[in-house]
Parts: sequence; C-alpha cells; structure tokens
Amino acid sequence: MSYIEISNLSKSYGKIKALNNVNINVDAGELFGLIGPDGAGKSTLIRIVTTLLLPDSGYVNVLGYNTREDYKKIRGEIGYMPAVFSLYSDLTVQENLDFFAGVFGATVAENYNLIRGVYHMLEPFKNRPAGKLSGGMKQKLALSCALIHRPKVLILDEPTTGVDAVSRRELWELLYDIKHQGITIFVSTAYMDEAKQCDRVALIQKGRVLGVNSPHGFAQMFPHKLYDVYADGIWSFLDKIRALDTCKSAYMFGSNLHYVSTDDAETTETLTNKLHQIGLSGDVDIKQINAGIEDYFIRQLTENAELS
Amino acid sequence: MIVGRNMFFNFVTKEFKHIFRDVRTLLLVLVMPIIQLLIFGFVISADIKNASFAVLDYSHDVQSNKLVQRLTASGYFKLMGYLKNENDIEKAFRNGDAKLVLIIGEDLATKLERERSAYYQIITDASDPNTASILAGYAQSVIYAFVAENYSSYLRLMPVEIESRMLYNEEMSSAFMFVPGTMVLILMLVTAMMTSISITREKEMGTMEVLLISPLKPWHIVLGKVLPYIGIAFTNVLVIIFMGYTVFHLPLRGNLLLLLALCSLFIILALSLGIFISTVASSQALAMFMSMFALMLPTILLSGFIFPIENMPKVLQWLSLIMPPRWFLSALKTIMIKGQGLMYTINEVLVMLGMAIMFIILSIKKFKVRLE
Repeated sequence: MSYIEISNLSKSYGKIKALNNVNINVDAGELFGLIGPDGAGKSTLIRIVTTLLLPDSGYVNVLGYNTREDYKKIRGEIGYMPAVFSLYSDLTVQENLDFFAGVFGATVAENYNLIRGVYHMLEPFKNRPAGKLSGGMKQKLALSCALIHRPKVLILDEPTTGVDAVSRRELWELLYDIKHQGITIFVSTAYMDEAKQCDRVALIQKGRVLGVNSPHGFAQMFPHKLYDVYADGIWSFLDKIRALDTCKSAYMFGSNLHYVSTDDAETTETLTNKLHQIGLSGDVDIKQINAGIEDYFIRQLTENAELS
Repeated sequence: MIVGRNMFFNFVTKEFKHIFRDVRTLLLVLVMPIIQLLIFGFVISADIKNASFAVLDYSHDVQSNKLVQRLTASGYFKLMGYLKNENDIEKAFRNGDAKLVLIIGEDLATKLERERSAYYQIITDASDPNTASILAGYAQSVIYAFVAENYSSYLRLMPVEIESRMLYNEEMSSAFMFVPGTMVLILMLVTAMMTSISITREKEMGTMEVLLISPLKPWHIVLGKVLPYIGIAFTNVLVIIFMGYTVFHLPLRGNLLLLLALCSLFIILALSLGIFISTVASSQALAMFMSMFALMLPTILLSGFIFPIENMPKVLQWLSLIMPPRWFLSALKTIMIKGQGLMYTINEVLVMLGMAIMFIILSIKKFKVRLE
C-alpha cells in the first residue's frame, strides 16, 4: 500500500508555478527522499502533503485519506518537522518534548524507546532552553518532538540544512534507525550526496519531477562514459577542458574532475593526450568510473535548466 | 493516551511559561499598568491646588487685605506677592510666577459700603485654557462668598443667585477621569495587543505549522493562548480599582460584583478583538501595528477618555459609536462613580456583548486551519 500518493499535483503562486504536474508514490516502510536545489518546490510539496496547503489541481492521499477533505484524519497520524526551527526557544529541551508529546496526546514515557537513539544525545542538555542549543542539537530535538507520538509517517523538510557534517551523518543514521522501527519517512534535502541514504529518490527541479528511482537505478541510467581525473591545479583548466570536442560536460567533484565524454570510443589514453595538448602537465591520474547518483543528477539538472 | 482536557491543560501551561519567563512581557503586563496609573494620576493631574496668584491692589485697605487672605485660605491659591503697577502683570505671567492676577479697584471698603458695588478684575494665563477657566471660576466663587458674608444685607438686592454644584465629583478630582481611562487603556493593551502578538508569534516562529497538524482543535489553540491573559487582565482590574481607591481616593459607589462583571465583559470583548486581529495579521509587527492604530489611538482619542464626545464633530461622534472602549468607559463611570445599577448601563452592556459575539464569530470564520 502506498502511504503517500501524489497525483498530477500542481500549485502556483501568482504567475510562478511552484509545482507542475507532480506524481510520486511513497510505499509503506520506505525512506523516501525528495532531492532538489533551493527553490525547486520541495517545501511547497511537503506543506501540501502535510495538509497545510491546498493544491490548485491534482490530489494527495496520505494513509489513504485525501488532504483536502479528510485533513483531520491525517493530522495527528503524521509527524512533521518544518524547515524553520519550530520549537519554543524559551522552553527547555525536556519541556519542549513533553509539550509536543502532550499536544499529540502521547507521553514521553510510552514512546521513549522510539526516540532513545536521538534523545540519548540530548539528555545531558535536558534543562537547557532550546534556543541555546547548537544547530545540530536543535535539529535532533525537533526530530524527537516530531517523533514522540509515534506517527505512521514522518515528514521532514530539509532537516540537514545548516547543520555541520558530523551532525548531518548522525541525523541520517537516526532516520535509518527510525525507518527500522517501521515508520515511513518522507524527507527533502538540497544535498545530492544524501540521496544515497534513501531507498528511493525523487529528483525535483523548478516544480517538475525529473525522475523517481532508487539511487542505484538512477546511477545505472547514466548514458555516457565517465572519467575521474586528478591533476594538480586542474580546476584552472576547467574552461579549456569544457571546450574539448568530446566533452559533454566537466565539473569538479571534490578535489577531482569528472569528465563526461560524448565519444563511446574514448579511452583513458585518448583523454590523457587531449589534456596534455591543452597544456596540463605533470602527473595526470585518469580512470574510467561507474557513474554515481550525483553524476546523474548533475546531468539531469543541467539539461532541465537548459531546456527551460 | 492523554485525553482532550489534558492536551488543553498542557497547552495552557506552556503559555504561562512563555509569559513568566520573559521579563519584558512580565513588566509590560504587570508593572506597566501601575506605573501608567501613577503617571496619569500625579503628572497629568488637572486638579488645582496652590495655584500661584499675584495681586495688584489699588485700595490697600482692610477689606482688600481680607479678600486676599480669603483667597489664600481657600487652598486653591498661593500668594506670590503684590504687583506695583499694570506693567508688572504681563511680566508675572511671562516669568510663570502667576497663573492668575487679581486687580482690586480703589477704595474697596468705601465703595462696597456706600455705593454697593466695587470694581475688581481677574486675569488668567490662558495658554492652558482649561486651567485658566477653572481658576477664574474658583476665584470668582471665593470673592462672591466673601462679599456675601461681609455685606449680607445687600445680598437681597441681587435678583438671582447662581450656585453651581459638580455632582458626583464635588472636588473636580481628575481621578474620576483617568482611573477609568487608564483601566480601558491597560485592558486594551494587555488583552487585545498581547493576545494578537502571542498568536501571531506562533505563526512567525513556524510552531503554528506543527500545532496545526496536531490533533489540537482551533479553539484549543485560541482559548489556550488567551486564558493566561484573561487572568492577567483581571489582576490588572483589581490592582487599578484598589489603587484608585487607596491612592487617588476614588469612591466605589456601585456594586463591586457588578463592576467586576462589567470589566470581565470588556476583557472578553478586547480578547475577541485581539483574536480577530491575529487571524488577519501574519506577523507580530503587523499585529502590533494594527493594535496600536486600530485600538490604542481610538481608545485615547475617541472613547471620551480625554476629550468629551459631545464636543466632537458629528462624524467623529458617529465613529465613536463603534469604539468598544466608549461603551465600557460610559458604563464604568455609571457604575463606579454614580453608583447606579445594571439597568442604567443595559445599553452599554448589550452593545459590548453584541460586539464580542460578532468578533468571536468573525474570528472563528477567519481562523485558518491551513497556512493560507
């Protein structure tokens, strides 16, 4: 059964189309990611799913209930963590948790085992006002609060934005644990590398869904030969490399360069020669690699941006 | 599983924590009313005590001395000194030495005795017109009394004797004006403005999004938000009545329970206004702005608190009819100062009740169960 069913969904703000004919199904027990750059329409989609906004056309069913007519049945069954910090800064960690448990008609005690993983890290600060926590801690508290009534579906809007790398990894580990407790998760993020953590991913840009697949499935859809190039100071040759005749696209990937070739006959040798010809000297380390989901996303996002 | 009642209690507890942890809010709702009352009481007081006056005496006889003593003894006036000639009059006003100058014509005693008339003149500093006319009136009545006592045999010749009395406020104490006025102002501020701000804060902080998707019903949220302010506003009412009675000697002529019931009705009316503002305003700043301009200014200007409604242009008089404070102020004065019962304020009570019901219905209709 699909817990979230998004069908032909469109939503405009004035002349701006925030969402354009979106179709997504999230199955029970899934950790589903909504990946896209800022302004792609992620928050609008999430607010429609959480019954907080109404679509212009199309519909969303959550747990089988329509978000327009049956919003009351959906509310209370879902957990929601908005993109903005949505706790009470003047209440302590413990008070926030107790309050949100109470608001949803639950107690911290009865669902403690569900949030133990998260709350374990917060326990030393339980008497500190929420406003005085670090960014990562705030998000962990918000996650605990969204989870404390054991919702069937947990919906998170960019939980890792503005959080340091370590806390980001910890948050994803927590989401993984929560999923294993049987809770369906629908999470949005602007970080492409986080797509790998999800069971399935929808790639969204400018209000359109560019594809829904598993991270592995996305990677396999990459149609070209891909080379990973490492050389000292290679970024300063970026313009010249992009002007090469077989270059579909070239972009920095960490400290390395990813080179997408349009020529199926391309080999490491032919590429090395081309790079030497444009003046790249010294050791050049080139190997052909399998594309990852990020390579696919970069390709899709660039093409979609060029189309429109 | 927690049932609905506890969910609501949980919410109210949180609201109290917000208020009692924020020193600024606490000062605003509990200390400011007292300060405001004291400021209105002692600084803007229109009561006249020891107004300085000077005398230009052309008679310099026994009777003119007696008259000056009489004025000084009245308690309203304090003698600054005698002037030498007419040129000193303007100087005395300019220096601010005198608020009133009394000129006594030549030979006061002889003229009163023989001609049954005497010449005197009162000059006041009308740069503050209210005070000037009150002072002139006081001085005149003291002089009449003086003449009447000393020359009672001539009084029969006076065809009409006018004696005016200030009913319900014989001493012309301004506490009768500013205590009810301050009460209205405080209740508007604490209830309407604070609730509208506190509800819009949840919208601004994003917490409203989470509250909306919870099983809490809209009335849980709204009532939970306003309940603490009902308590605080009622405390303010008690403090203001108590201070009015003890510090400013404002009499409590009417039924205290009726008075408190009337105040409670106004608190509910102000709250429903605050809730209505919060359903319209999207941010704290906007809510504050709307409260200021839609509530505070009309309360001060159009409710009859400072300026008498009867003296306003017709258009403003009509406008004052839709100002909730006008009705409360009128009923408040009737009960508190005139000591009348419910029947004499039934119009005011019904209008306020109607307004409250209207705003509550409007708020329920306008309350958004979604974000837009």
